[in-house]
Amino acid sequence: MHPSTREITQRTPAQESLIKELRALLPVTAVLTDPEDLRPFECDGLSVYRRLPLVVVLPDTIEQVQAIMQLCHKLNIAVVARGTGTGLSGGALPLGDGVLLSLARFKRILNIDPLNAMATVQPGVRNLAISEAAAAHGMYYAPDPSSQIACTIGGNVAENSGGVHCLKYGLTVHNVLMLKIITIEGEFLTIGAETLDAPGYDVLALMSGSEGMLGIIVEVTVKLLARPERAQVVLAAFDDVVKAGEAVGSIIAAGIIPAGLEMMDRLAIQAAEDFAHAGYPRHAEAILLCELDGSNAEVSEHIMTACKLLTECGATEVRTATDEAERQLLWKGRKSAFPAVGRISPDYYCMDGTIPRRQLPHVLKQMSQWSAEYGLPVANVFHAGDGNLHPLILFDANKPGELARTEEFGRRILKLCVEAGGTITGEHGVGMEKIDQMCIQFQSAELSQFHAVKAAFDPLGLLNPGKAVPTLHRCAEFGAMHVHHGELRHPELERF
Amino acid sequence: MTESHDSLTPHNNVAKDNRAALQQQVMDAIDTRTPLNICGNNTKSFLGRASQGETLSLAEHRGIIEYDPRELVLTARTGTPLTEIEATLAEAAQMLAFEPPHFGDGATLGGTIACGLSGPRRPYAGAARDAVLGCQIINGRGEHLRFGGQVMKNVAGYDVSRLMVGAFGTLGVLLEVSLKVLPRPAASLTLIQECPQNEAIQRMSHLLSQPVPVDAACYHAGHCYLRIAGSEQAVRHAQKQLGGEPLKDSISFWHSLREHQLHFFLSDKPLYRVVVKPATPALNIAGEWLLDWGGAQRWLASDEPQALIREQVSATGGHVTLLRAGAQADVVFTPLSPAMLHLHQRLKNSFDPHRIFNPDRMYAGL
Ligand SMILES: Cc1cc2nc3c(=O)[nH]c(=O)nc-3n(C[C@H](O)[C@H](O)[C@H](O)COP(=O)(O)OP(=O)(O)OC[C@H]3O[C@@H](n4cnc5c(N)ncnc54)[C@H](O)[C@@H]3O)c2cc1C
Repeated sequence: MHPSTREITQRTPAQESLIKELRALLPVTAVLTDPEDLRPFECDGLSVYRRLPLVVVLPDTIEQVQAIMQLCHKLNIAVVARGTGTGLSGGALPLGDGVLLSLARFKRILNIDPLNAMATVQPGVRNLAISEAAAAHGMYYAPDPSSQIACTIGGNVAENSGGVHCLKYGLTVHNVLMLKIITIEGEFLTIGAETLDAPGYDVLALMSGSEGMLGIIVEVTVKLLARPERAQVVLAAFDDVVKAGEAVGSIIAAGIIPAGLEMMDRLAIQAAEDFAHAGYPRHAEAILLCELDGSNAEVSEHIMTACKLLTECGATEVRTATDEAERQLLWKGRKSAFPAVGRISPDYYCMDGTIPRRQLPHVLKQMSQWSAEYGLPVANVFHAGDGNLHPLILFDANKPGELARTEEFGRRILKLCVEAGGTITGEHGVGMEKIDQMCIQFQSAELSQFHAVKAAFDPLGLLNPGKAVPTLHRCAEFGAMHVHHGELRHPELERF
Repeated sequence: MTESHDSLTPHNNVAKDNRAALQQQVMDAIDTRTPLNICGNNTKSFLGRASQGETLSLAEHRGIIEYDPRELVLTARTGTPLTEIEATLAEAAQMLAFEPPHFGDGATLGGTIACGLSGPRRPYAGAARDAVLGCQIINGRGEHLRFGGQVMKNVAGYDVSRLMVGAFGTLGVLLEVSLKVLPRPAASLTLIQECPQNEAIQRMSHLLSQPVPVDAACYHAGHCYLRIAGSEQAVRHAQKQLGGEPLKDSISFWHSLREHQLHFFLSDKPLYRVVVKPATPALNIAGEWLLDWGGAQRWLASDEPQALIREQVSATGGHVTLLRAGAQADVVFTPLSPAMLHLHQRLKNSFDPHRIFNPDRMYAGL
């Protein structure tokens, strides 16, 4: 698509009447159609895919969401939900002829209930805001994606987001009790319950990670946990990435489940250090950040064991943060790794495969070989405890052909993850980005089953169409494309 | 570790892949529209509504397929006895964190997952569904499908694996399940304290916001039981903080609670599982009460009318399962709202369009 086509496309009479009806349902400031106003919604965190929506709506009541859905259902108009747009797989990418439904105005924390260890919030509440509100009771919401200052809880549920503390405390799906959703027909459903389980099928699990394909989440009840008495982080440096990987297995085999166990390779260390001045050893080939939490006594005991194991595994340096400020700083370096890498390269492409941890040496070796072949450097940030890799491929989109080469490299990495017994996405979702790789991970019958599940919620396919699960037709074409690779994917999208 | 373990169970070397035969039986049932009653070793046939149809036995489809303690993942065929899995994990000082009830000697992995059963540690370490990473099933079109996998994090496709948990086999035949497993705590201790019910409820609920390593909590016969677990140091420290008397035979206490072998469970009255928010004050329903899950799962033996019990519990936002009633009851689980029932029927239809699998076992018409 040519960059400016969208703006000059005339709206059809049907589209005009949709907009008119939306204006009748919503306050003036809640319906945006001016290209300038639509611009901020044209992409999510994966900005290589961009497209202006036909119209953006910003409701702030559940009744308004219901009315919007009823209208879209009646008129057969597709709807894409959006939180903050920090997603990294193009999940919230708008449709040129569809409605983009932003939940940004659903910002209220409705209830913090320490006695029942839960909080009820609107979907547009930021992840970190929940922990901030719970702090008064000595509690917090455990999943902590690095984007937690910005991303919404609704987006977290839709992506089943993780964070650096998932190994011990689980993903979003493990920390949500109840959802209120509006179906494509405009029906209000309560999924799950305020209790630890609910009658019927585990629809709550199905909603987690469903990428806006099954319903619009309008309220979320999450589990709160008590803040541990103490958290302490150990930094270990290695002169070899494989040794660092083995150290991870040794800690777990010793019966310790760290609160977080993260690994970074040399390029990531240097970028993060330049950015955050976290005190990382710049010349190490890899570092591990191992956080232990619990009671004071237990943390001391585990730190001793962990330091001993790390040294035995060949760490060239092992140290613990001396105070809370240093602990925060060590984590800041890790949590800002993506933007840090963004500073050393015009563009980067973040991958999200997960592998069984024992496959790490094999996968790293193969990636560095391809990196040399493509002439594209890779910085590795790795949720090492749970095997979730984030290779960041460094490239320059202004150099002709480099984006296409980067994407091809990325696709090979994802295929490698599947072959290693893992998955194409650990936490960022399939979205638009990995839709073709779904054809590698799943057989036709499985994809058909996914479509059948989708149809149970949304028979007309109006919620976020074209994302998350490929059509069988698309997979057949992908198979063909595989043969003559090098073609640009999604030629229908504007490229930057 | 793979197929052949030096397992502690006498059934060693009986690992067998029965998939082809199972798939054939499903195909035949589809052809003749014959309902199938999916079972393992029948330890949980008392749960849910009455089963009907031709038996599809998973009991021989068994064996641990893969287990690497360093990966914290175990994959087994669903006919594998829980005892075999637990013994294998114990050798590596690991465990199923959700502490599943067996309800009988031959309990299988498949039955446990299909019924979604979790024991005393559930509020603190997650439920059966939280441990499930992936599964293989046969759906009602006779297709063999894989969902999820053997890694901790995986968001490719809808989470069908967890949807299977607690679906009572109504959506498909579970063939294999991969579970996240955890290290056993190095030390554990149970503390008891005499107190009235409401005080126990307050105490257990208050502990949810405190940084204490409680991993089970119950109230039974005028006593509050708290199980603490972690490193030696952590347990010693928590003991000082919490007070109470250490219980001598704590392993057998929690085992009897989990397996419904305490005297309480021998009552002739119908037994209800009442699930409420943990801080919910004692409910005013006549009968005997035993509170597990820190007050979040309450067992009630009562002769009060079922409708009254359901009404009172629903008013608190909770739900009720009739667990044992003499004869198998018609209404077992809390009825779904019409909109939710409709969604359930569409989901059922998406997996099992001919209603072959365990029809009506959860809800009439499902
Ligand atoms: C710097 C950076 C670091 C990151 N780190 C992590 C990390 O550590 N772990 C991790 O898991 N992710 C991470 N992410 C990815 C991203 O932040 C998460 O996926 C997040 O959950 C997205 O939330 P959002 O509100 O921005 O959702 P959006 O991007 O707006 O939407 C994401 C998807 O959810 C759907 N959606 C949003 N809201 C709703 C709703 N109310 N109802 C139904 N569907 C909805 C959208 O349609 C879309 O498919 C990172 C991203 C960035 C930019």
